[in-house]
Amino acid sequence: MSEMTVVTVGADMFADAVAGQAVDVERVDWRPPMPGTEADLATVATDPRRLDANRRAVEAMLGVTAHLVDVAPASEVLGLEPGQFLHAGPPIGWDRASGPLRGALMGGAALEGLVEDPEDAVALFESGSSVSLEPCHHRSAVGPMAGVVTPSMWMWVLEDRATGHRTYCSLNEGLGKVLRYGAYGPEVLTRLRWMGDVLGPLLQSATRAVVAESGPVDVTGILTQMLQMGDEAHNRNRAGTLMLLRDLAPAMVGSGFDAGDVAEALRFVGGNDHFFLNLAMPACKLALDAARDVPGSTMVVAMARNGTDFGIQVSGTGDEWFTGPAQVAEGLFLGDYGPDDANADIGDSAITETAGIGGFAMATAPAIVRLVGGSVPDALATTRRMHEITLAENPRWSVPVLEFQGTPTGIDVSLVCRTGILPQINTGMAGRVAGVGQVGAGLVTPPAEIFPKALAALAQASAGRSL
Amino acid sequence: VTTDHVELRSGAYADSVTLLQVSRAVQAAPGVVAAQVAMATGLNLEVLEGMGFAVPDSSPNDMVVALRLEDDADVATALAAVDAALVPTRPSSGDTTVAPPRTTGSALRRGGPDALVLVSVPGASATVEAMDALEAGHDVMVFSDNVPVAEEVALKTYAASRGALVMGPDCGTAVIDGVGLGFANAVRPGRIGIVAASGTGCQQLLSLFHLAGMTCEGVGVRWALGVGGRDLSSAVGGISTREALRRLDADPEVDLIVVVSKPPAAEVAGDLEAYVATLDTPVELGLLGPGQRDLTDVADAAIRRLGHEPPAWPVLDTGTTGVATGPLLRGLFVGGTLCDEAMLIASEVLGPIRSNIPLADHLALGDDLLVDDHTMVDFGDDALTQGRAHPMIDPTLRNEQLARAAADPATGVILLDLVLGHGADPDPAATLAPAIAAARADRPIPVILSIIGTDLDPQGLAGQLEAIEGAEVHFSNASAARRAVELIGHHEGTVR
Repeated sequence: MSEMTVVTVGADMFADAVAGQAVDVERVDWRPPMPGTEADLATVATDPRRLDANRRAVEAMLGVTAHLVDVAPASEVLGLEPGQFLHAGPPIGWDRASGPLRGALMGGAALEGLVEDPEDAVALFESGSSVSLEPCHHRSAVGPMAGVVTPSMWMWVLEDRATGHRTYCSLNEGLGKVLRYGAYGPEVLTRLRWMGDVLGPLLQSATRAVVAESGPVDVTGILTQMLQMGDEAHNRNRAGTLMLLRDLAPAMVGSGFDAGDVAEALRFVGGNDHFFLNLAMPACKLALDAARDVPGSTMVVAMARNGTDFGIQVSGTGDEWFTGPAQVAEGLFLGDYGPDDANADIGDSAITETAGIGGFAMATAPAIVRLVGGSVPDALATTRRMHEITLAENPRWSVPVLEFQGTPTGIDVSLVCRTGILPQINTGMAGRVAGVGQVGAGLVTPPAEIFPKALAALAQASAGRSL
Repeated sequence: VTTDHVELRSGAYADSVTLLQVSRAVQAAPGVVAAQVAMATGLNLEVLEGMGFAVPDSSPNDMVVALRLEDDADVATALAAVDAALVPTRPSSGDTTVAPPRTTGSALRRGGPDALVLVSVPGASATVEAMDALEAGHDVMVFSDNVPVAEEVALKTYAASRGALVMGPDCGTAVIDGVGLGFANAVRPGRIGIVAASGTGCQQLLSLFHLAGMTCEGVGVRWALGVGGRDLSSAVGGISTREALRRLDADPEVDLIVVVSKPPAAEVAGDLEAYVATLDTPVELGLLGPGQRDLTDVADAAIRRLGHEPPAWPVLDTGTTGVATGPLLRGLFVGGTLCDEAMLIASEVLGPIRSNIPLADHLALGDDLLVDDHTMVDFGDDALTQGRAHPMIDPTLRNEQLARAAADPATGVILLDLVLGHGADPDPAATLAPAIAAARADRPIPVILSIIGTDLDPQGLAGQLEAIEGAEVHFSNASAARRAVELIGHHEGTVR
């Protein structure tokens, strides 16, 4: 009979009737969209700009190669001044800030010498005078967990050499009691001071030497390789960290810095499996920034959390944040910690999922699926499920176990509203109380309601443009 | 005494037709007095409320399971019946990490390049799925109704820019490359291509051409392309009709194109005629309405253009017809165009006919479908299908009305249709035959039945005809209507 295939969406009865005629039938497992989104979905679907806008956004994103070009203090590269603090996620004030964000701000104030004792910073932030808070994303930066950046912190500088656009991220402190998880004890501040005095200048020297000798380090290329080596570049960065070390270590050794300092720096980097995360994140942001501000595009260009709110930004709606309450992750806990100890989701690191790695590339990182409370089949299913809500596959970032299929790339607000499938994020969990630090790691999703909010704004922007 | 059990299942979903079948299956379970399993839409909540169920706060994405049980009945047994009926019968693929596609776009990325898309989701979501098909360069049939006309225009305008065809919205019938989609009769392919704005009108032509093809070589339908009832309105401007005509004209195997539609809007008619004049393939324009030819006349004309004399359309079981003892004609239809055609024919002789799809506004029926006038009811009309399946799938309501009409002594003749084909009730005679027998139990009211079907239809035409007793059966709906009018004209009851 016919060579035709019929795709059916809707009543099973009609699919059965076609199948009964010996025709291949592909059935869509259709469900009603998120409540109340039908009219906005139709408006956006018939916006004549959408298809081309999304194609341009995807192409712009996939066209970016992120290169490591420098390491420098935030005061120099971001113009950050004393009293200015960057943080993860959408905008928030001290009054609504969660424990870990408050803890990190308190530690940051002490690091900058604004207060002697971090506890004294509470009054400083409560008064609000002489301090200001601003999202990292508003300064072309990203910060993991609390994401607090102060003027003296050293930043990775990544550049898209085609456009000169740059993004920034601080240096990773390691795990456990660290500032980004809200800890601010003496050991935290001691480590941060060593990073400012020794690690930062050493990495700057090494990076500049490498750039001068063989050109900037291709961070996007390292991501390509690490995704084939069991890293998903959010909760597992082991291969990436070692490849970075391979590129920088000779120049660190040849830098003329004190041999003991170099050895300590190499030990610190090599012993911190997450060190590369702070390069993966700005590389993802650099790619996603290229997809910003395409009128009519429904692609998500940032997902970020400040520990209280989860926010997204969308290409077709400019800098507007669509926010809802951040959720608590489900997963495994360190030591005696349990769900009651965990803070709501926090950090700009969901920029990795926004770019199609992290939780979206779970299938390529079977080694950590149990850490985040899953199984290997769950990991394969998760990556496949994310293809249902994304616009494209990234040909540079492929997953061997899925026949080298590209990672699911470019979250589409419409597809999320249509399917109800929420982006899957792998994440660390910070303690609820300021000063505690990390309590676990797990899986989390954004609050569902932010996607209909973004969709409504897209529909509003496209009103009257129907085909 | 009975007990109600109502529960919400959030995250559960099945389409409305499936849930109606589930509800019906659960009603048959032991101890169940009434059962309704439905998504908690506003409409369904009204139905549940009407049944006397108290439903807790819910969202339209929740599934409601509402059971009314005999007092001594076991809730667990009834719920087990619900669960059993809800289990999908789909084949599962071996790899459990590969889930079925959740959108049309996703399905098309997995499927072949020649895929055709059939959309039958609720109208509010149909445009979004159809756009997926068009953006990927595929033709789409939109069975869904209640799609806003602005969205229809947007879909068709975009499709035209891609050279793709949108069949619908509200397209009930299509035959593509020998495959019937929606409600379609199984036919032997011939040299005719149909462009249809009406589903049951198209089905009448499919079955008449199939029948004629047994003796007239080449008579038969190769393609039936639906365009939706609004395509030739001034808002839509005939975009799909033009694309369908273009496709059929380009097929060298098509010798004649037949267009079935209500007359186009005045500003569209000129464009359509001008476009038709540019085609190499002859076009038989079958426009339906007052003063126009009926569907059977259109079929006859088409058969003549292919060089054959049309056959005498069969009439069966005339011996049992009997005589009308009341003055009124009662038409009870599952096919909208069939009802419309019968009204046009009957009103020429009998005068005004009251209907839920009236020829003029003042003839509209209210809630009571049986009044002291000639009446014709389309049970497939939106107002009568809310909260239940189309009567071609579930004829319960039509058959109930049949009993009411028979009980009215003023009823002289009952006119019915029976539609076979893909998508329809697998055995409609099983419920219609006893309903006719019961209607004629007290007095032998003449029952005239127009049958739309072919010997290739999955229901089996011969078996269906054999099961029906006490009705005069016509293959031409127009012929059935004329016969009913004739019998009313000779009725032997008291003059009104």
